[in-house]
Amino acid sequence: MAALSRAASSAIRRPLLAPPRLQAARAMASSLFGHVEPAPKDPILGVTEAFLADPSPNKVNVGVGAYRDDNGQPVVLDCVREAERRIAGNLNMEYLPMGGSIKMIEESLKLAYGEDSEFIKDKRIAAVQALSGTGACRLFADFQKRFLPDSQIYIPTPTWSNHHNIWRDAQVPQKTFTYYHPESRGLDFAGLMNDIKNAPDGSFFLLHACAHNPTGVDPTEEQWREISHQFKVKKHFPFFDMAYQGFASGDPERDAKAIRIFLEDGHQIGCAQSYAKNMGLYGQRAGCLSILCEDEMQAVAVKSQLQQIARPMYSNPPVHGALVVSIILNDPELKSLWLKEVKGMADRIIGMRKALKENLEKLGSPLSWEHITNQIGMFCYSGMTPEQVDRLTNEYHIYMTRNGRISMAGVTTGNVAYLANAIHDATKPN
Amino acid sequence: MAPASVRAAQAQPSADRRLSTLVRHLLPSSPRRTAAAASADTSSATLESFPTMASQGSSAFAALAQAPEDPILGVTVAYNKDPSPAKVNLGVGAYRTEEGKPLVLNVVRRAEQMLINNPSRVKEYLPITGLAEFNKLSAKLIFGSSSPAIQENRVATVQCLSGTGSLRVGGEFLARHYHEHTIYIPQPTWGNHPKVFTLSGLTVRSYRYYDPATRGLDFKGLLEDLSSAPLGSIVLLHACAHNPTGVDPTIDQWEQIRQLMRSKSLLPFFDSAYQGFASGNLDKDAQSVRMFVADGGELLMAQSYAKNMGLYGERVGALSIVCGSADVAVRVESQLKLVIRPMYSNPPLHGASIVATILKDSDMFNEWTVELKAMADRIISMRQQLFDALKSRGTPGDWSHIIKQIGMFTFTGLNSEQVAFMRQEYHIYMTSDGRISMAGLSMRTVPHLADAIHTAVTQLK
Repeated sequence: MAALSRAASSAIRRPLLAPPRLQAARAMASSLFGHVEPAPKDPILGVTEAFLADPSPNKVNVGVGAYRDDNGQPVVLDCVREAERRIAGNLNMEYLPMGGSIKMIEESLKLAYGEDSEFIKDKRIAAVQALSGTGACRLFADFQKRFLPDSQIYIPTPTWSNHHNIWRDAQVPQKTFTYYHPESRGLDFAGLMNDIKNAPDGSFFLLHACAHNPTGVDPTEEQWREISHQFKVKKHFPFFDMAYQGFASGDPERDAKAIRIFLEDGHQIGCAQSYAKNMGLYGQRAGCLSILCEDEMQAVAVKSQLQQIARPMYSNPPVHGALVVSIILNDPELKSLWLKEVKGMADRIIGMRKALKENLEKLGSPLSWEHITNQIGMFCYSGMTPEQVDRLTNEYHIYMTRNGRISMAGVTTGNVAYLANAIHDATKPN
Repeated sequence: MAPASVRAAQAQPSADRRLSTLVRHLLPSSPRRTAAAASADTSSATLESFPTMASQGSSAFAALAQAPEDPILGVTVAYNKDPSPAKVNLGVGAYRTEEGKPLVLNVVRRAEQMLINNPSRVKEYLPITGLAEFNKLSAKLIFGSSSPAIQENRVATVQCLSGTGSLRVGGEFLARHYHEHTIYIPQPTWGNHPKVFTLSGLTVRSYRYYDPATRGLDFKGLLEDLSSAPLGSIVLLHACAHNPTGVDPTIDQWEQIRQLMRSKSLLPFFDSAYQGFASGNLDKDAQSVRMFVADGGELLMAQSYAKNMGLYGERVGALSIVCGSADVAVRVESQLKLVIRPMYSNPPLHGASIVATILKDSDMFNEWTVELKAMADRIISMRQQLFDALKSRGTPGDWSHIIKQIGMFTFTGLNSEQVAFMRQEYHIYMTSDGRISMAGLSMRTVPHLADAIHTAVTQLK
């Protein structure tokens, strides 16, 4: 309790008393914004705020999905450092075009659609640089609202909480579809297929390309094929959010498998890509939105309309992150270094999954923790209740989102035993 | 084996199947669809006339029309395509050196090197509100470090994506939380303003500003229009160096505007994209804003570092809301986060880090003011040179507005026909409203421009 209230109270600032004459003036004038309610904290980003405010030496942050090395430190990849060395002092900071860096877009498309993709050759993909994954999703949602105003979006249950905010602010009505199966802590495939079949023909679906956030539960390749087939039958539109390419299995090609299956099946997809995690570029806000079109002419038209949405939002996207991405992906040596480093991060996480599961088993937990190693990517959906999560925070100073999602990237050899002990304590049957 | 209905459906060509299902989304008669096309400023293409619509239909976006080029950014696109060695780009407002090259300030390079060379620097997500240090320093820069609003913690500042992003976030906030949803913008104004505010959810109206007869301020018209605005309306004000006209109110006129606005509870929304760039002095260029803060009232302020720190593509800016009390400021900040999170989660790190590095170090700050003044001075000198060149050619008309107007742009008074002529014959690129970016001129190109203006004015009335 103590840690939480301290953290909470630090967020409440007391108003300073104004000097007497201004106080009087203020008393006469009321604020035009006096009625504004305090907004609730973001369920994910608010966790880090609380963590930072906690003075306990034992505190552990397994909240936000940002990679940490085995010392619990944030990492700047070597390939990124090298790219930045090349940028600093050499390149200017002119405005990018509204659609962003052409080079960065080209490389991003190769990653998502395949080096030798016919769609790239045929120039059928409308693509713009976006403000990381959030920005890419928002551009698509706004685009959907403007050009398909009768459409709605089907969002998996559960999903990254901000997905709901994005489509809501774009004023696109949202529905949910079955995804997670709490009992098995895996995929509710039957429920998923049912919802796909029951949705009206031509519905828009948000799919996590790999490493589903928050559950870490992905369909198998065979399941993806079935989903793709059903999408064809129903003429649904698949929009992929790919925030963890390379991070899930360690192999970007493998992590793009779902997208490639859909492309082979002839779907015209939309795709949001982020370099926040797989290139460690978090705060640089580097990402890409692409939409596969009928032909080159349509791709040109769609891109132009996406730019029209970007222009009154931020005019043109930030250049620095785009330069880093395009320098790395355009240089064979740097690209190969990047692939090595991504695999290193993915491998460390896979190792921590094993360690956490083994620790829990060693502690004699009677519960099944198979899902820790079955799930993939940065997150583990532990199955803990909000009350159990609160216990972890209040008694053990362990911070995670209240849906029981653990960011495995925050687990280290140094804290895995402590974490396992706390989880065991909170979940053991009485 | 799939059911008969599915097999039958699969027997049809996929294009036809999708077309028949999705065509109901694409009926041109749908009013919202038409509105969407109209809002894209489509003058040439309409949905009905889009060529591939009849033949191919398997895409959800088959009937979508191509948007026209952005009127400002499109000028540079056209310029880049022009092979003529004599071409001059006076379109977008990005500073150029005497050699016509983009400029990265020395102090910015230094700051960037410091950041790169610091091995402990990481790239973590910023908070939703951005880099805290940057926010505090930005507020001090525009409001003055001794500003009572800052001393009393009444300012909510959030880092945003340059001026555009700051305006958009502010607009969205007002649409959600302010009781009046009409914003008055000056006539003319930066081309992107109407779109930003419309998409924010506000209704855009205009107030008179520029007087073509004098090429100066239509002060009477301005006061009349603001007087007749409904109580509480939002009013967009260019803090200095009005874009596109370069015409600013005098200090006395600002005081009259302030009094009028406060008497009608009109909410000021300042756009400051040129602090330091207009006169060469940061404090002088912030006078209008500080006047409004000094009276204890509330306002919104969108700040950009694109021009004055040359950080264009890094997208660095800040939105500040000066509130009636610190308590309100806290709540306002929390609501600003809800606007930002579903837009882009948190702002880009690089540019804001550079700004904070410079602003907090007094040596680097001073170095910046010197480089900033040099840019402003070069522009002022270009104004003088162009004026002198037109005078020496005996070009008909009064061209004194070139040296009276302030900031990066001159509203020449040329009409769109003359502008097109100058592009065709002289390969001079400017926006069709006759706005030229003085920053794009050099001693070498002034004569060429003067010739072009002279010919355009004498041959085309």
